[in-house]
Amino acid sequence: MEHNHPEVELFGLVFNLSTILTSMIAAVIVFIIAIVATRNLQLKPTGMQNFIEWVFDFVKGMINSTMDWKTGGRFLTLGVTLLMYIFIANVLGLPFALVLGDNELWWKSPTADPTMTLTMAAMVVVLSHYYGIKMKGLADYGKGFLSPMWWMLPLKIIEEFANTLTLGLRLYGNLYAGEVLLALLAGLMTSGWLGAIGGAIPMLAWQGFSLFIGAIQAFIFTMLTMVYLAHKVADDH
Amino acid sequence: MEFLTIGAVVNGGTIIAQLLIFLILLALLRAYAWKPLMGIMKQREEHISNEIETAEKNRAEAEKYLAEQKDELKKAREEAQAIINNAKQLSENQGKEIIANAKDEAERIKKEAVAEIEREKEAAINALKEQVASLSVMIASKVIEKELDEKDQEQLINDYLKEVGEER
Repeated sequence: MEHNHPEVELFGLVFNLSTILTSMIAAVIVFIIAIVATRNLQLKPTGMQNFIEWVFDFVKGMINSTMDWKTGGRFLTLGVTLLMYIFIANVLGLPFALVLGDNELWWKSPTADPTMTLTMAAMVVVLSHYYGIKMKGLADYGKGFLSPMWWMLPLKIIEEFANTLTLGLRLYGNLYAGEVLLALLAGLMTSGWLGAIGGAIPMLAWQGFSLFIGAIQAFIFTMLTMVYLAHKVADDH
Repeated sequence: MEFLTIGAVVNGGTIIAQLLIFLILLALLRAYAWKPLMGIMKQREEHISNEIETAEKNRAEAEKYLAEQKDELKKAREEAQAIINNAKQLSENQGKEIIANAKDEAERIKKEAVAEIEREKEAAINALKEQVASLSVMIASKVIEKELDEKDQEQLINDYLKEVGEER
């Protein structure tokens, strides 16, 4: 079930075109949803505005559960964007996959690519360090690495890399496994009429489950982002 | 340029593109969607808190007015009661006064009447005296005409009359 990636090399950098393409599509979809939902803002919300405000309240709840609102309020837009972007990216690969040319996988979830997920994870961890220094000062930020005991320093440094890896690979693993299973079921269904019958129900079930996983993983990613940020910016640690 | 391999190739171009895509999306959403949305949410919050404040103020005012009205009503009732009491007092006094006046008047009229009667009686007695005098003179003159001269006769009559007056 191995696919090749449509890659091009430019200025000595390798670009995975399918990941970039689907990421952009996900971004565009999120942007369209957001614009449509906020196009006709009213004090008495209706329709899409209700939905988007529900998302905001949801993320607000996440932030409130990890830090107090005075420090966490600034991460609201980041959280909402992360949640929606990752959820859309997760479900993008659900309805179909597109394999073109030399067994090149063109349409998939961009989150089924570890480059994408690790980039997002690294960005989040770097952001947490940035805000940690910005909001607590360099001295307090440095002290965070020595507490509660000075000899914890190596563990603390390892923790930062472990956080990045687990955050990215959790998302990637879930989505990639889902896509592999979907591809296997799709292969089964194209193998003959018996396979089509046998594969239809598991396919349906797995797609539903993948939708669930996509939502859960988007939630977990956003939640952990807030946890890491809170860990770095909160005063009581 | 390949950095490391975890099941699939991780590559620099994709990383940069991915970062750009997400950061641009974040910036665009912040500018065109989230900012107005949060603005309206904040506005609603303020609107609601304003409304609550206004409602509370209105309620407090209404309660104040109600208390004032109750006071006014109480005062008005007391005033009315006072007016009624005054009126009663006044009417009572007036009645007493009228009765007293009437009594005085009646007393006065009675006294006057008594005085009048006395006077009339006096006048009547005087008149009678004169009548009796002249009558007795006439009678006496008829009875003892010629036996007495006018002067002795008058002396005699006056003596009799004195006796009569003392007897009375």
